[in-house]
Amino acid sequence: MADILIVKNLTLGYGSSIILKDVNFKIGDGDFACIVGANGSGKSTLVKGILGLLEPKNGEIIFQNGLQQTTIGYLPQDTHTDPAFPAKVQEIVLSGTLSQLKGPFYSQKEHTKAATSLKRLNITTLKNEPFSSLSGGQKQKVLLARALSATSKLLILDEPSNNLDHQSKKDFYQTLKQLNKDGLTIIMITHDLDAEDLIGNKVIALDSGHVQLATTKTYLKGYQR
Amino acid sequence: MNQITEMFSYDFMFRALIVGLLISLTSALIGVSIVLRKNSMLGDGLSHVAFGAFAIAITLGFAHIYIAIPITILASFAILRLSQKQSGDAILGIISASALAIGTLAISIGKGTNIDINGYLFGSILSVSWTDVWFSLIVASITTTLYIFLYHRIFAITIDPDFAKSIGIKTNLYDAIFSIICSAVVVLGLRLLGALLISSLIIFPTLIAKNLAKSFKGVVITASVISCITFIIGLILSYLLNTPTGATVVLTNLLILLLTKIYSLL
Repeated sequence: MADILIVKNLTLGYGSSIILKDVNFKIGDGDFACIVGANGSGKSTLVKGILGLLEPKNGEIIFQNGLQQTTIGYLPQDTHTDPAFPAKVQEIVLSGTLSQLKGPFYSQKEHTKAATSLKRLNITTLKNEPFSSLSGGQKQKVLLARALSATSKLLILDEPSNNLDHQSKKDFYQTLKQLNKDGLTIIMITHDLDAEDLIGNKVIALDSGHVQLATTKTYLKGYQR
Repeated sequence: MNQITEMFSYDFMFRALIVGLLISLTSALIGVSIVLRKNSMLGDGLSHVAFGAFAIAITLGFAHIYIAIPITILASFAILRLSQKQSGDAILGIISASALAIGTLAISIGKGTNIDINGYLFGSILSVSWTDVWFSLIVASITTTLYIFLYHRIFAITIDPDFAKSIGIKTNLYDAIFSIICSAVVVLGLRLLGALLISSLIIFPTLIAKNLAKSFKGVVITASVISCITFIIGLILSYLLNTPTGATVVLTNLLILLLTKIYSLL
């Protein structure tokens, strides 16, 4: 499995405070890695660093095998998007294609990509619906479709199951598993440490500013002990 | 009808109409992003800064528009930068109050110049000059052109700046462009509506449009049209009823906001 993301001696923080120090790990093409750790352990900070939203204090992040920083599909925590924002589903999903848009207006290529993303998540019928009228689960799927429109390689999800009821969460995880099976690499922050939330093959565990990468099986064995 | 024809036969009324329409259109366009990103008080803060800058310019005997626009732009950059580090509303509060205090002090020092402070706080259509008309035309043309060509990226930044940044959109550059336009709008509209009322032109149209449209494109178009219509209604009413223009425009907006809210609940 070829690596698409290599994090080397990465140090991240805000102002003079260091949140993560000398972080090292690799993500292979097709991996599904869950980032776990207590509140304040630096899960969102790590993701912000990978996405370029936070300048590293030290170290580097290498994107390879066709992956670029701006072609990562990002699903932020649901608190980022105003649930009453006046927009049609189509407008939101199309905005995911902007990373590759050169001119000022969308062409047929961007419309096709957005339509494909909606179809992959079985939400084509919501295309012309106002975002504000959707349920919590549907809203998450729309934002996931926007992330899908931005990438063909890597999805990064920040606590996507927050505020979803049990059934919506199960459906959402099923969708993620299918996307991973179809070839997408996924990195997902999860605040739950239940085995059912660790749905990937790898775990990136954050503890006191340090990072440990393990397979999910190994991690769960250690966690149960 | 005769009264309306007579109204626009006056030169100052015609200038007020042109500046008002151009400022209404521009403020509605930038207002959509500012309000939906929950930065509504930015316009209010900048209007206080513009008032302070006007007062200093007049006291020192300079042409106020050339002083007020750069000072307000610099203040908007400072607000942007500082609000990223500390609590944005507190920074706005400090800058607003300080600018108002500086303006009042400058006016009291330069009392000999016989300044009409009410005109600057609550607006005066008599003070709109041809320079204001040309400046407004330039600002409105630049804003509308930029808005059309950057529309999709503005949408992405408005709904989620972090996502926009993650896909390579230079959000800081867009914020800077918005600050410059917002500053220019506030300065140009200040003499018409007044420092205390100009920010309403940024806030009301988006809130009204949100009651009527469900898509972002719908909100942008509705806000632009409504903003121009409410300004014309307010201007005409103020002439017919002999009331202050700024206050009449704001109350017209408030009335339409309430009516559209009721409509949206039906």
